[in-house]
Amino acid sequence: MTSLVVAPPLLVCRAHIAYGDRRVARDLSLEFPAGRTTCLLGRSGVGKTSLLRWLAGLLPGATQAQPIAFMAQSDLLLPWLSVLDNVLLGYRLRGDAAALRSAEGRARALLDDVGLAGRSGDRPDQLSGGMRQRAALARTLCEDRPVVLMDEPFAHLDAVTRFDLQDLAARLLADRTVVMVTHDPLEALRLGHHIRVLSGPPLAAGEPIEPSGPLPRDPADAALLGLHARLLAELRGQPT
Amino acid sequence: MRPLVTAVGLLLGWEGLVWLTGAPPYILPPPSRVLTVLIERLDLLLAEALWTAAEMLIGLLLGLALGAALAVAFAASAGWRRWALPLVVASQAIPVIAIAPLLVLWLGYGMASKVAMAALVIFFPVVSTLYDGLRRTDQGWLDLARTMDANPRAILLQIRLPAALPALASGARIAAAVAPIGAVIGEWVGASAGLGYLMTLSLARGQTPLAFAALVVLCLLGLALYHATDRAARRLVPWQSQGE
Repeated sequence: MTSLVVAPPLLVCRAHIAYGDRRVARDLSLEFPAGRTTCLLGRSGVGKTSLLRWLAGLLPGATQAQPIAFMAQSDLLLPWLSVLDNVLLGYRLRGDAAALRSAEGRARALLDDVGLAGRSGDRPDQLSGGMRQRAALARTLCEDRPVVLMDEPFAHLDAVTRFDLQDLAARLLADRTVVMVTHDPLEALRLGHHIRVLSGPPLAAGEPIEPSGPLPRDPADAALLGLHARLLAELRGQPT
Repeated sequence: MRPLVTAVGLLLGWEGLVWLTGAPPYILPPPSRVLTVLIERLDLLLAEALWTAAEMLIGLLLGLALGAALAVAFAASAGWRRWALPLVVASQAIPVIAIAPLLVLWLGYGMASKVAMAALVIFFPVVSTLYDGLRRTDQGWLDLARTMDANPRAILLQIRLPAALPALASGARIAAAVAPIGAVIGEWVGASAGLGYLMTLSLARGQTPLAFAALVVLCLLGLALYHATDRAARRLVPWQSQGE
């Protein structure tokens, strides 16, 4: 499916991140390994989202280090476009008619991948919450960028839908460099090759935790449950 | 159904009041008399209504186009905003009735001065609602578009403008509601046709029941224009009216 040769790593080198008047990070250096999914775990207010927005080049003064695709907490589907046109949004916005035409086949294949093949002509308000987030995932992948940034992409979904979407994301995001912010230790354990617990402010990242096993990991695995307890303890140990 | 009951109650009260006070019809005609005149002079009333409707409709389209163009210009360029926005706001401080004679002087007794008057009262609600809508685009959409390397023009045309259409729709509803004001004021000041013209003429001749009949037709015309606009607005933003 993917036309990528090799996804690059994403490097943060001595970054200063500020959000409004708030200093989020000073001299922050981080490496997100190539072709891997790194989950950033942390309590509310440590600056996870600011870091992600900084990486996406969305904070004032920040520049996008390389082409990225961004997926937010809400699906951000445009209500006046069909599902297919939403998936193709990037191409429509860039206004390159030839690229738009050639991307349509890929968009349809992605909609098929996320189980929305029959809904491509529907408007977003005709879809359920889970379907909408799947459409947003298809849109993110349709951008075909080697680096994908995700800000709690499944936080709004019910437990079962979230579980299904995690499986889907693990399959479709393979080989890309993914940075996923999440509140949920279990989600990080299922989807992350690497997990880093963030603390702050000022923002600091703990040593990478690398659970074993292919993604998505089975939540019933005893080793995983042990790590879950450890991550929770680590998160609880932080001052708020 | 309930407003109809209220209306019938009010009409009955009005009829009773005329009967009790014995007011002459040229001061206060009873509703029954107005209805009679309305039926007897229907041809005349419809002809004048057609004229006024044309003024209102052309004024509405012109005001919408002008208002929408200005709002988009304000949203697209800070230069436009700084040079022209204060003037647009100031223009609303001048009561339209005060410039009506001037417009008639410049544009004549025909339809043009009334269309200009209607467009003048209509464009402001359109500018202000649409410009407001254009400024309040969901930040998430704007961020998403930026990560997709969209230029400001594409963001304006493909995201901010469609996102502001519900705001434009409410502006258009207000515009449709005030359109008769512009047209009728124009006709009062100086005209040779239209319902407002018919009203002033029949009042001057002591034909008060005919003036009332013209008022009834004007009211129905305004309602029709409002509902037509409302329907058009719903078609324009189907994703908004779905739940209603």
